[in-house]
Amino acid sequence: MMNFQIRKFYYGDIPDSNSGGDPIDAGSEIPPLGGGGAWPLWEVFIRSKQGLDHKHVGSLKAADAQMAIENARDVYTRRMEGVSIWVVESKYIHASNPDEAESLYDPANDKVYRHPTFYDLPDEVKHM
Amino acid sequence: MSVHDLENLFQQKIDEEVKIEPKDWMPEAYRKTNIRQISQHAHSEIVGMLPEGNWISRAPSLKRKAILMAKVQDEAGHGLYLYCAAETLGMSREEMINDLHSGKAKYSSIFNYPTLTWADMGAIGWLVDGAAILNQVMLCRTSYGPYARAMVRICKEESFHQRQGFESLLVLSKGTDEQKAMCQDAINRWWWPSLMMFGPKDSESTNSDQSMKWKIKRKTNDELRQQFVDMCVEQVKLLGMTLPDPALKWNEARGHYDFGEIDWNEFWNVVKGNGPCNKQRLDARRKAHEEGRWVREAAAAHAEKRKASLNPSKGGTLAAA
Repeated sequence: MMNFQIRKFYYGDIPDSNSGGDPIDAGSEIPPLGGGGAWPLWEVFIRSKQGLDHKHVGSLKAADAQMAIENARDVYTRRMEGVSIWVVESKYIHASNPDEAESLYDPANDKVYRHPTFYDLPDEVKHM
Repeated sequence: MSVHDLENLFQQKIDEEVKIEPKDWMPEAYRKTNIRQISQHAHSEIVGMLPEGNWISRAPSLKRKAILMAKVQDEAGHGLYLYCAAETLGMSREEMINDLHSGKAKYSSIFNYPTLTWADMGAIGWLVDGAAILNQVMLCRTSYGPYARAMVRICKEESFHQRQGFESLLVLSKGTDEQKAMCQDAINRWWWPSLMMFGPKDSESTNSDQSMKWKIKRKTNDELRQQFVDMCVEQVKLLGMTLPDPALKWNEARGHYDFGEIDWNEFWNVVKGNGPCNKQRLDARRKAHEEGRWVREAAAAHAEKRKASLNPSKGGTLAAA
């Protein structure tokens, strides 16, 4: 059998080796991103309506908090999706490690008595 | 745990429809495929603004102008969602944008075709966005969590893109003879490139398709393309127009429409950079990026200054901000 494959290309999955446009020498004319490269990443939380929690909706880059809120307004609330916006610089988010999930959540695993369905009550008991 | 075990565990998660999240272990090839695909998708949204931006200042009415601006603004947002999703896999935004501007990275070839008349705005909405939506609806269930979430958001916003396009063509199709001719001409020019958006035929691909196994993709090119053809054949009737393919015919046995052969030479030519507008699109991107440089720098300088004035211990003065 021939050791030969035709790659399968989906929309949005064209190999980079098939260069598009007018290729220019790597690194010659393209100056690095000025300024924008230094903008930090922010996480955006939106309250969709009064009375509900703020919910994480995505992230964006901005020079400062005010700009992050304005950009979040433009990107995430164009269709009245929110009444309040929180932004926080992504570097301040601390996350649990998925590799430790087993031990981290293990203590909750065997405590079925924390759920109301654990308790068997006679049908005559109403409103409980 | 050995890499082999990790890979088995990974595939098991995929098979059980558990989404993969940024901090989870994943095979390098999965990471790379996703980075390539998501960043190409992002670039497509950004470059996709150019053919339409061309017509904002020439829209025939204030209503159409406002609609077109809203659509182009959505596309900028979609590019952002996708760049953010790709960044979670470890490639920086700067790198991705530099790859686009240097011609190293790809974007959808459809945007290398010119927009010659106003009717092209309608045809793009109906056909190009229609084809993109089929792909994107499928991607809402892709295995990489951040990509899937971006897709859900995009699909919610995108359905208006297709509807406004069809409605715009509908108006033209009921207009003067010139308007009708313009409508038919736009459909003729955009039909085949839209079919090419789904990529090469399945028969030209390897059987062991990793993207399907990893559930990055869930339908084959031909499945999606057929779905699109079946959909459009019915829709074009409502416009009183025709699709430029004499081979289009209902196939009772298959339960689908048969259609003619795509010109694959044209497809590869455009992919390889020889389409009508490849150079123009990249030049426009580079120019926009260069001309925005002072804005990025000014914003960064302003943020620095504010930070200093709010933090006097670092040498600034306490401003009454």
